[in-house]
Amino acid sequence: MLTTTSGGGHDRNTFHLIEKEDHDGGHASPVLLGFWIYLMSDALLFAALFATFGVLSTSYAGGPTPREIFELPLVALNTAILLVSSITYGFGMLAMEKGQTKTVQLWLAITALLGMSFVGVELFEFSKLIAEGATPQRSGFLSGFFTLVGTHGLHVSVGILWIGIMLIQVGRYGLNTINKRRLLCLSMFWHFLDVIWIGVFTFVYLLGMLR
Amino acid sequence: MSAPTDTDLHAHGDEHGHGSRSSYLIGFALSAILTLIPFWLVMARPIADPVTIAVAVIVFAVAQILVHTVCFLHVNTSGEGGWTLLAYLFTAVLLVITIAGSLWIMYHLNTNMMPGMMETGQVSSTP
Repeated sequence: MLTTTSGGGHDRNTFHLIEKEDHDGGHASPVLLGFWIYLMSDALLFAALFATFGVLSTSYAGGPTPREIFELPLVALNTAILLVSSITYGFGMLAMEKGQTKTVQLWLAITALLGMSFVGVELFEFSKLIAEGATPQRSGFLSGFFTLVGTHGLHVSVGILWIGIMLIQVGRYGLNTINKRRLLCLSMFWHFLDVIWIGVFTFVYLLGMLR
Repeated sequence: MSAPTDTDLHAHGDEHGHGSRSSYLIGFALSAILTLIPFWLVMARPIADPVTIAVAVIVFAVAQILVHTVCFLHVNTSGEGGWTLLAYLFTAVLLVITIAGSLWIMYHLNTNMMPGMMETGQVSSTP
């Protein structure tokens, strides 16, 4: 193989070397850009859900209207929790830059706790709505509401699970290159969810109360 | 092939995942203000006209999304040679087309297909 196709093999080797040089000269890893593209496609998923909710937002089918069922203080609390969790994760990233493993773990744990309180408040809200008879099958508006807000809550739950995994990873292997890259991806994911929440509290809750 | 070194990731990450302490604090302060005002507008109702409030609330949301994008997600013109920004803008265009397009089409479908509308001949003209 090596002797018969020496010309081709040589070319391939040369190409490989060039690629490697290029690789070291700036693009350390394609993972971050790839993850960013994933987030953008996730944004399109939410776009579809926002569009569905927007179309169905006045289809009450004689059921409850937003003004009757939404509690803005609860939504304000959740908004505050998620915003604070965004900055606690940011502080974790700053600690990572300085290589402070313990501080990173502390900020990650605080972020996870804030995320859990967010999901907790949301589940409390959902259970209250369902107890009042405002179930997803009650009207088009409620189907759209539960799908959109539920999908966001599911994303946050996955984010919390990911933080848990990263706590174990950082605890076991420290802040190595791979873990740092993973934490950077998780950082984008977490901040992205906060951006989606801005859309949710604005278009679902605040505009719903004005209707 | 050798694993990317720490310095590589750093040079990389500086454009991507983590900014400075001040960028996070500025982002947090701006976001807090841009959240408080719309909630106050809707809960206290200092303006009577709901349409004015709705427009203001949407403007604040767009502003806050931009603040998050710059201060927390660190999207800028140099990150990944501009590809992050390009993907972001492309997504924003698709997002607006999907949401505005759906609302536009379904609104006219609703008004034209409303039971009783056809008999009275009040069919809205779709622009």
